[in-house]
Amino acid sequence: MIAPDLQCHNLTKHYGDTTAVDNVSFDVPAGSFFSILGPSGCGKTTIMRMIAGFQEPSSGDIQIKGKSVLNVAPNKRPVNMVFQHLALFPMMNVADNIGYGLRRRKMAKPLINRKVEEALERIGLPGVGRRQVSELSGGQKQRIAIARCMVLEPDVLLLDEPLGALDLKLREQMKVELKTLQAAFDTTFLYITHDQSEALVMSDAIAVMNAGHFEQVGSAQDLYHNPQTAFVAGFVGESNKWLGSVTQRDGHYIDIDTPSMTVRAMASGDTWNKGAKAQVFVRPEAIQISREVSALRDYDNILTGKIEQILFNGAASRLLVRSEKGSDIIEVNMPQAGTTSNWSQGDIAHLGWSKDQGVAFIESAK
Amino acid sequence: MLSVFSHIRGVGERPDKTTRTLTLKGQKMKHLSILKATAATTVVMLGTIQIAQADTLRLLTWGGYAPDEVVAAFETETGHTVEVTLSNNEEMIAKLRATGGGGFDLAQPSQDRIAGPQAEFGIYKPMDLSQLKSDQFITSMLDATKTNTTVDADVYGVPHVWGTSGLVLDTAMASSVKDYTDLCSADVAGKVSYRLKRPTLIGFAFSMGLDPFAAYGDEAAYTEIMSQVEAKLVECKSNVKTYWGGGDELMNLVRSGEVVASMAWDTGGWKLNAEKPDVTFVAPASGALGWIDTFVLPAKGRADSAAYDWINFVMQPEIAAMITNTAGNFTASTGADEFVNAELKANYQASFSAAAVDNIKWYPPVPAGLEVIEGGVLDRVKAAK
Amino acid sequence: MLSHRNIGFYLLLAPLALWLILLIVIPHINLAMLSLQERVGVRQYETSFANYRTFIDEPLYIMTFARTAVMSILATTLTLLIGFPVAYYIAKMAVGRAKSVLFLLCLVPFWVSELVRTFGWMILLRETGVVSSFLQWAGLASGPVELLYNDASIMVGLVYTSMLFMVVPLVSTLDSLDNSVIEAGYDLGGSTPSILREIVIPHAMPGIVSGCIVVFMLSLGNYLTPIMLGGKDSLWFTELIYSQFIVRFNWELGAAFGFLLLFLSSVIVWAALRLSGQTLERTMG
Repeated sequence: MIAPDLQCHNLTKHYGDTTAVDNVSFDVPAGSFFSILGPSGCGKTTIMRMIAGFQEPSSGDIQIKGKSVLNVAPNKRPVNMVFQHLALFPMMNVADNIGYGLRRRKMAKPLINRKVEEALERIGLPGVGRRQVSELSGGQKQRIAIARCMVLEPDVLLLDEPLGALDLKLREQMKVELKTLQAAFDTTFLYITHDQSEALVMSDAIAVMNAGHFEQVGSAQDLYHNPQTAFVAGFVGESNKWLGSVTQRDGHYIDIDTPSMTVRAMASGDTWNKGAKAQVFVRPEAIQISREVSALRDYDNILTGKIEQILFNGAASRLLVRSEKGSDIIEVNMPQAGTTSNWSQGDIAHLGWSKDQGVAFIESAK
Repeated sequence: MLSVFSHIRGVGERPDKTTRTLTLKGQKMKHLSILKATAATTVVMLGTIQIAQADTLRLLTWGGYAPDEVVAAFETETGHTVEVTLSNNEEMIAKLRATGGGGFDLAQPSQDRIAGPQAEFGIYKPMDLSQLKSDQFITSMLDATKTNTTVDADVYGVPHVWGTSGLVLDTAMASSVKDYTDLCSADVAGKVSYRLKRPTLIGFAFSMGLDPFAAYGDEAAYTEIMSQVEAKLVECKSNVKTYWGGGDELMNLVRSGEVVASMAWDTGGWKLNAEKPDVTFVAPASGALGWIDTFVLPAKGRADSAAYDWINFVMQPEIAAMITNTAGNFTASTGADEFVNAELKANYQASFSAAAVDNIKWYPPVPAGLEVIEGGVLDRVKAAK
Repeated sequence: MLSHRNIGFYLLLAPLALWLILLIVIPHINLAMLSLQERVGVRQYETSFANYRTFIDEPLYIMTFARTAVMSILATTLTLLIGFPVAYYIAKMAVGRAKSVLFLLCLVPFWVSELVRTFGWMILLRETGVVSSFLQWAGLASGPVELLYNDASIMVGLVYTSMLFMVVPLVSTLDSLDNSVIEAGYDLGGSTPSILREIVIPHAMPGIVSGCIVVFMLSLGNYLTPIMLGGKDSLWFTELIYSQFIVRFNWELGAAFGFLLLFLSSVIVWAALRLSGQTLERTMG
């Protein structure tokens, strides 16, 4: 069996008393697109910098193609990095930027020129070699930064939130393009981001990271539909969240008493005890909305409220409903067709969803 | 290192004839690039704007010549106010030249530096001797100064403070040094210092048996003398530790023992004698060089009567003695000696026998243009390896 | 008619224009005219190039200028070689408090006057000074060692005096170099020397050039340091100008020397800019 391109074993990094990375292990198989998703300050950048060699782990091991790289200097590691702000060399033109690494390898000049030309063609920018970096657009710079690494044929390409500086439209476009480039170069990508949609769209596998450790590793669908922790449920995709205490359990299902209602939902995990604190998450698209309470008779959870606000955003439009009891705000997808779509502010609305659509996490007693 | 600051007020030490205030001035002169040089000409424009009140006496003088207590007493007695600016011969002349003789009401250059600059630049005005109490002056000194400072039958200067330059020696280490040329002997090699200025040229000329003063009027003869002196100084250069620039620098060199024989002023030697008994001032065999600092009226001075008042005031014996006690040098005031402190008198008598006093070479007026000849010599000595 | 904006513009310009005209232009015209005067007798002057001819005819003056220029270039080079690592450390390696403390340490010597600083070096280097005493105490020297009064001590003084003027522009250009650009250099296989050569130095070039120009001009125009530390062989062009103006009363030759210093130093700076491929606009802008 071939060793995964990148393996991290029990990786830990302390800064004084704080632990930035806490005993993290993961494997990235060859040719896959692996993302680490987490809020800023969760330690994901530290992991990436340790892999690149700019920081030393406090303990644990990093292996690339089965070989530990812990004692290898950054300029000797078979990984390359696309920096957050790209870090193109402003004092060089495009061709010199791309050829920099090849020159360091003492490659013959004609060969460098050919490789640079090839790389430019591959990223769809043939003939820009003579241009200055400052003359390029944001998206072009992005592609140059990737090409600059890819000519070196690294075992793993590290990408540190490279889309962060781009505007929204370009970001959407680059997401698709990055995925295409990854397939074209057939290289293992390790991508870190705090933007869940970037991670969800591009990745083969995603690690959700929080406070120095991995909460869950899985495919995008996995994380979205089967979150293993309250953090993942809250962080990946959008959810309505209720806080309450457990009243009873019925097999997989559990009842939670909240200020606005008693919610029945799937229980995560087996342990429970009456009165324990719990969080319930329900996705906005799982909730049905109706003017008639009778239309929702089949659902396990029913709630009445008033339309507080309409957030129009085309297909992703939302309604904000304030519950009669408890004054919670519940986000619901706006129905797209039929007479029911004519909602306006102040209308009375009934909400319903099945017990399978909600997931509840019981906080372990401390 | 407090002496860094002590130069601001001359303490018992004859101020450096040319570079006495160089260290003080140095802060201003440190980047003598084009800008600084042009600043000198800017003074021409600014100088004419200055407005002084008639009863303000702007005095351009040496450190120690206008002690605070003398200024205070004068202000109380006359009601005038005195503004003191400290300087040296060259800078006094340069300042007055820049303003065409304005900006000051009374100046104190040496008597040999009056006739030449007056002929060349016209920076002084004739003195009205009837305004002065001439009986307060030592007659011989007054007459000599009047003679030396006469241009076109007008008298421009009257004497104030006088002194000599000669050798300051550590007698325990440099007993062999009797004259300037002995500074070049092997037994004091590397422990000698003198200035690279015109008194050094004159002193060496005398000790080489030449008479530069006699050649003052004859440019060719003077050039010949100077070229002999130049050869001697170039030959002597390896003996020299450093050419000293400011009084403080010399004092430090002798005090630390790094230099045991030097050309310097009488008061510098006497001051060191108080700290280090082996060190004292010695009149060279060929004769000490005597200078007299004078009073002159700048051409555009505006407070002549206050200036005469000041001269008459400071020439009173008691006041003159106060000045001697701070400056270290004796004045041309008759009867002041009895008020001078005993230590100074003892030092003076130890350094000057009657014969040595007779042998003092008094500087005659420097004819215009001599500085150019001397300047060339000094530059070449400095450049010699 | 002038619009309000124009009036405001001219009002803002007025102090600068006055400064330039009164303190730079007029004195220089004055000086230029002075340098073309030749004294032919008492209070008699003629217009001629005699003063400039004196400079060319007297090898001593040319030699002194050449010596001053070479020593200044050497001092500039040394200041750059010492200042660059210092600036790099301050800009790129020190963080937070250490950074400001280090920067302050570079600044501290400038809180006292140049005179006092120079005296400080004299206390250290003189025969009975601190360094000499230490060497004897440590048994490294058998007798007093004179470290003062030579070209090396002038160099020490000049470098020390100029250091801040090199470090400040270097720190600010190096500060503007993104750390990730340097990291990218390593990441792409660059070694420390190659990153220095291809990334750091090209980026810092404007700072290097402006620092070098300032240090060169300061050294060339320095008066006190060469005189006090150089001793009997200290030959410095400004000393010649000073003595022409003050000691010799020869303002005409002094003015000519002043102009020659201005002209020749401009030529050297221009040549250095051409050699380094920089322009004054880029360096100062």
